[in-house]
Amino acid sequence: MTGVFLRIRRSISQGPFLPRTDHERKRFVVHNFLLHFRPVRIHDRTLRWTHTFGLGGMSLVLVLVLMGTGALMMFVYEPSPDRAYESILRLQQDVLFGQLVRNIHHWSANLLIAIALLHLLRVYFTGAYHAPRQFNWLIGLSLLVCIGVQNFTGYLLPWDQLSYWAVTISTGMLGYVPLVGTWVQQVIRGGPEIGRATLLTFYAFHTTVVPALLVGFMAWHFWRVRKARGVVIPRSEGEELSGPPERVLAVPHLLIREVVVGLVLVAVVLVFSVIANAPLADTANPGMSPNPAKAPWYFVGIQELLLHFHPLLAVLVLPLVAVLALLLIPYLLYERDTSGVFLMSRKGRTMAAIAAVTALLATPVWIVSDEYWIDLAAWLPNVPLVVSTGLIPAAVLLAAIWGFFTAVKTRFSTSNDEAIQACFVLVLVGFALLTVTGVWFRGPGMALVWP
Amino acid sequence: MVSRSRHGAGVAVKPTGDSGPPRRRFLVVALLGLAAVALVEYLGVIVDFLRPRRQRTSGDAVVVAGPVERFQPNSVSAFPEGKFYLVRLEDGGFLALSRVCTHLGCTVPWSTEEQRFACPCHSSTYDIHGDVLSPPAPRALDLYPVRIENQIVKVVTGTTIRRNSFESAQVTRA
Repeated sequence: MTGVFLRIRRSISQGPFLPRTDHERKRFVVHNFLLHFRPVRIHDRTLRWTHTFGLGGMSLVLVLVLMGTGALMMFVYEPSPDRAYESILRLQQDVLFGQLVRNIHHWSANLLIAIALLHLLRVYFTGAYHAPRQFNWLIGLSLLVCIGVQNFTGYLLPWDQLSYWAVTISTGMLGYVPLVGTWVQQVIRGGPEIGRATLLTFYAFHTTVVPALLVGFMAWHFWRVRKARGVVIPRSEGEELSGPPERVLAVPHLLIREVVVGLVLVAVVLVFSVIANAPLADTANPGMSPNPAKAPWYFVGIQELLLHFHPLLAVLVLPLVAVLALLLIPYLLYERDTSGVFLMSRKGRTMAAIAAVTALLATPVWIVSDEYWIDLAAWLPNVPLVVSTGLIPAAVLLAAIWGFFTAVKTRFSTSNDEAIQACFVLVLVGFALLTVTGVWFRGPGMALVWP
Repeated sequence: MVSRSRHGAGVAVKPTGDSGPPRRRFLVVALLGLAAVALVEYLGVIVDFLRPRRQRTSGDAVVVAGPVERFQPNSVSAFPEGKFYLVRLEDGGFLALSRVCTHLGCTVPWSTEEQRFACPCHSSTYDIHGDVLSPPAPRALDLYPVRIENQIVKVVTGTTIRRNSFESAQVTRA
C-alpha cells in the first residue's frame, strides 16, 4: 500500500519537502513551479529592507487576498439594480464572517492602490527603469491601470449612493472627450444612463476580464524581473559594481523575508478589517445626488483638476500628457545609467527637495487664488470657455513646469537626468496636494473648507 | 520534405519571406490576410456584445403631467418617474426641464427660496428657465418637448433636446 503513496508522491516532485543542503535548495528553486520565478542566487544588497520595502511582494499578497475574498462574495452577490444592495446587506448580516470578508476586500483594494503607487515611486527613485528593465516599467503601468479599473468597477457593485453618483460623475467626464467620448460613455454605461446594463458590464469586467488580464500581466512582470536577474542592485553614487558579487541563495534568504512581509501585511489588513467596517451608504437613489459628491480618494486629484480647468483639459488633455510622460520615462535620453542609485546623485536629492518645496508652496497658492481671485471666464468674456478656462491655464501650467526644468538646469547646472527627476517630483507633489485638497478641504458644493 | 528537395536546397532553407517562390509568398500573404480578417471579426463580435441594447422606452414615451390649471404660474413641479421638472413660467408658458446637470450628470434639486436649481456636485446653478447662472455647467438644462392637448399637459420623455441657452421659442403655451 505504501508503494502507491510513494509513487504518487514521487510523481508530484522528486526532491525533499524541505531542502536541507545548499544543493537541495538550488534544486528546490529550479524545480518548484512557484519558486522558479526567482533566480537561484541573488545579490545580498537587494535583501536590504529599505531598498524595496517589499512593496512588489505586498501587491502580490493583496491581489491574492482580493481574489480569495472576491470569490467568496460572488456566491452571495447578485448583479442587478434591484437585488445588489439587498444582497450586500444579506452578506453583512446573515452570512458567517460576511461583513469581515467584505471589509478585507474593501481595505485590501484601497491599500493595493496605495502600495502599487509607492512601488512605482520606489522603482522610479532607485532608477530601476534603465535597461534591461525598460519594458517592465510599461508592464508595471499596465498593472496599475488594471488595478485602477478594478477599483473603479468594484466601486459601483454595492449600488449605494456613494457608488451610483461616483460612477455617474466619472463616466460623465467621458462626455467631454471629442468625437468618441459619447460612444465610449454609452458602451461603458450600456445605455444613456447608469442602470441594469452598467452594473452587469462592470460586474463582468470586475470578476472576469480584468482579473484574467491582471494574472497575465503579473506573470509577465515577475518573469521580466527574473530575466533581469532580480531587482536592481542598490549602489552609491559613482560606485561601479565590479568584482565578485556577494551572492546568496534565494532560498532561504529571500523567501523567508517575503513570507514575513506577507504574513505581517495579512495580519495588519485582518486587524484593521475587524476594527473598521467598509462604508455602505443608503441604496442608490437616481433622484438625489449627495452633497458633496466626491469620487473615491484615488480619483479625487482628477476631480480637483475639474474645478480649475475646462473639462476637456481636466479629463482628456492633462491626463493624456501625464500618461504619455509616464510611458516615456524609461525611453528618454539619459546621460548616465543611474540604476540602483537612490535619487540619482547627491545633487539629484537636493533638486528633488527643491522641487518638493516649490510644489508645496505653489500648489496651495494656485488653488486658493483660483478659488477666490482668478476668473478667466469673466476677464476674457469674448473668448470661448474652452480657451479661457482650458487652454490658457493649461498652457501656463505646462510652461511653468518647463520653466522649472530649464531654471533647475541653468541655475544649479544640473544634468538633464536630475532636472527630469526634479520635474517628476514637482508634478508628483503637486498632484498629491490636489488629492489632499479634494479629500479634506472640499465641503458642500465643493467649496474650500477647513477639515 | 519531398517538395522541398525538388526546389533545391537554397530555397528550402528560407522559411518564409518575400524572396520565396511566388506560390509560397501568395500563401503566406493569403493566410496572414485571412488571420487579419478573422481578428477584425472577433473584435466586431466583442464590440457588439458590449454595444448598448436599444431601450424599449425610447422614442415616443409620454408622461401625462395633468391639467393646465393644476400648475401655478412661476412654479416648478418635479416628476420623478419621468426624471424632469415641469416649469410654468410667469406668463403661463410651460417648459419641461431635464433634472440632469449638464456638467457631469448629477441630479439638480429646485430651491424655492433661492428660485434656482443648484447642483450639489460641483455647485453649478440654473435659473427657472434652465439657463446657467454659474459654471462649471457648460450649457442650459436639456428640454423635453411639451404638448398640450385638451388642456392636459403631456411631456415627451423619449426625446431630449440639447440647447445652449433659453430662447422664448422653446416655451409651449396653452
